[in-house]
Amino acid sequence: MSFFDRLKQGLARNRSGWVEQVRRTVTGALRVRGRVDEELLAELEESLLEADVGLAAVEAVLEALRQQASAEGLRSPDQVLSALRALLAEELRRHQQSLATPPEAPGVILLLGVNGSGKTTTAAKLAAQLGGAGQVILGACDTFRAAAGEQLQVWGDRIGVPVIRQEAGSDPAAVAFDTVQAARARGARWAVLDTAGRLQTRSNLMSELAKIHRVVERALGRPADERLLVLDASVGQNGLSQARLFGESVPLTGLAVTKLDGTARGGIVLAITRELALPVKLIGVGEGVDDLQPFDAGTFVDALFGEGSRSGADA
Amino acid sequence: MAFERLSERLQAVFRQLSGRGKLGERDVDEALREVRRALLEADVHFRVVKEVLERIRARAVGEEVLSSLTPAQQVIRIVRDELTELMGGANQGIAFAPQPPTVILLCGLQGSGKTTTAAKLAFRLKQQGRRPHLVAGDLYRPAAVEQLQVLARQVGVPCHTGGPQAAGDAVEAAAQGVAAATEQGADAVLVDTAGRLQVDAEMMEELRRTRDRVKPHEVLLVLDAMTGQEALNVARAFQEEMELTGLVLTKTDGDARGGAALSARAVTGRPIKFVGTGERVEQLEPFHPDRMASRILGMGDVLTLIERA
Ligand SMILES: Nc1nc2c(ncn2[C@@H]2O[C@H](COP(=O)(O)OP(=O)(O)OP(=O)(O)O)[C@@H](O)[C@H]2O)c(=O)[nH]1
Ligand SMILES: Nc1nc2c(ncn2[C@@H]2O[C@H](COP(=O)(O)OP(=O)(O)OP(=O)(O)O)[C@@H](O)[C@H]2O)c(=O)[nH]1
Ligand SMILES: [Mg+2]
Ligand SMILES: [Mg+2]
Repeated sequence: MSFFDRLKQGLARNRSGWVEQVRRTVTGALRVRGRVDEELLAELEESLLEADVGLAAVEAVLEALRQQASAEGLRSPDQVLSALRALLAEELRRHQQSLATPPEAPGVILLLGVNGSGKTTTAAKLAAQLGGAGQVILGACDTFRAAAGEQLQVWGDRIGVPVIRQEAGSDPAAVAFDTVQAARARGARWAVLDTAGRLQTRSNLMSELAKIHRVVERALGRPADERLLVLDASVGQNGLSQARLFGESVPLTGLAVTKLDGTARGGIVLAITRELALPVKLIGVGEGVDDLQPFDAGTFVDALFGEGSRSGADA
Repeated sequence: MAFERLSERLQAVFRQLSGRGKLGERDVDEALREVRRALLEADVHFRVVKEVLERIRARAVGEEVLSSLTPAQQVIRIVRDELTELMGGANQGIAFAPQPPTVILLCGLQGSGKTTTAAKLAFRLKQQGRRPHLVAGDLYRPAAVEQLQVLARQVGVPCHTGGPQAAGDAVEAAAQGVAAATEQGADAVLVDTAGRLQVDAEMMEELRRTRDRVKPHEVLLVLDAMTGQEALNVARAFQEEMELTGLVLTKTDGDARGGAALSARAVTGRPIKFVGTGERVEQLEPFHPDRMASRILGMGDVLTLIERA
């Protein structure tokens, strides 16, 4: 059989929900050998790898499961699976926090991330949810990408929120400054700053971001209340590098994970919270203005296991 | 950096094995565990990793260790060769239609880089003395049309946005755009489309209808190099729905190892034609399988080191 044929066969198997598959494996392993064994752990490993959790975090989680299994004598498939889920949810919950409450108005939210991760859309969704017209001001600090300002402006018009803009190519830090000042002058409760996408390895662009952060701090008298890394759920292990390097330029307060309405599971978030103790604060579940939700660890883990959707599950 | 790790780990594996002799099964298996780790860290889909490892194993066991290489280098060479082979043969550019214009449709997930890549391809074709036109087929994303128009001005090519009859219908807008471009003497037409999730049946249906209307000669899936395991599902679904002719891997200018390329290539069997290396319209390059293989292994330029050994 050719490489491609074999791969196709493996994938066909993959198509039936893997929770069922895992449950079968767990049941089989427990019946035959009466304990959580290496074969079972290998199967669970694959499942977690497929969700982009990453090898290092997977190994740590499964080691914890192994210990728990021998200490508590986990016997039934449901016990094993729920122990695993509890472990994962606990990892995520440990650092969980809701959006900051600013000491005084305006609160400032700075959105950062690589190209195309969903910053602009998230900025618009957030502006709408934080009260929309009269309560929020959007700052178009992406002065680089083609029609980035127009994109945010269309959103602003749609949700009735003013957008502070300058012409293409101008200094993004100056736009950030203007936005904070405008928010204060107009008595807005929040200013949400959209920034240009950039890859975390571009040091000059990362300095530009650090400058935006400094200028906001100067204008506000305190650092921006939220500095959120906007992460595409379909990202793989590079997500960790993103969190590390963006965090070096601007100390992050959390993550916003977008595009969770697809089949991407966003497992890298586990590795990121483990290593950097960053909470997930928001999740994006669509392209519409209402498709932004607070993060819920339990729901997230269910979806990590391919069960249910994130959408509306918090209700 | 990653290469350092893989090569060091392999050296540790082979510590007892001197520079000569054959690679034994046990040595190879131990070495392959390290290779597996490297491939997974590079985001190659775990099922692809499994298949790749089997092939590598078959090739490595019993192989004579060349006197010029250490066993660690020998294994890396085999792995790299195998990945290069799986990544596809010599570079393939755009397949031009015998009868111009060549219509090129770009599709993919939200934010993968379709609009930018359309402009980059137009830039490239123009450099080659052709007359490319751009067509806006994304009527959903706010200011998507404006984005394409700004890029078209940067490149210096016409951009068609569909006549009034299109009235918010993306299929119609694309079809009218292609018709207008053809009429105005374009010899290549690049059709940008809206980003969509492969599980969104309605949007996939729209894409199929667009294809049926504009009859593209090339259907390119634009894939972000930072994509994780999902790359395989995405590529498979777009392949099934759209019969892709090739792939474009974007955002390779960062530190993503780009295992997504291998997953997508493996599951579609389609060549990766170009890679995006930056945000500017001139930052698009032909794809090189050997470079991608080295990158996935985290080897970078260390490749030359092996060749010199
Ligand atoms: N399905 C889905 N699409 C999303 C979500 N969030 C954003 N998008 C889409 O992803 C694409 C990119 O979103 P943007 O908000 O423009 O991303 P960005 O990070 O601002 O991009 P750059 O400014 O170019 O770096 C758009 O097509 C959005 O509609 C989400 O939660 N789900
Ligand atoms: N660094 C880098 N950025 C890129 C590359 N290709 C595209 N981008 C950026 O990625 C972001 C998304 O690109 P777009 O071309 O808008 O992506 P798209 O697929 O058209 O997005 P939607 O239409 O929203 O689905 C933009 O910020 C681009 O500038 C690349 O090769 N390298
Ligand atoms: Mg943006
Ligand atoms: Mg686009």
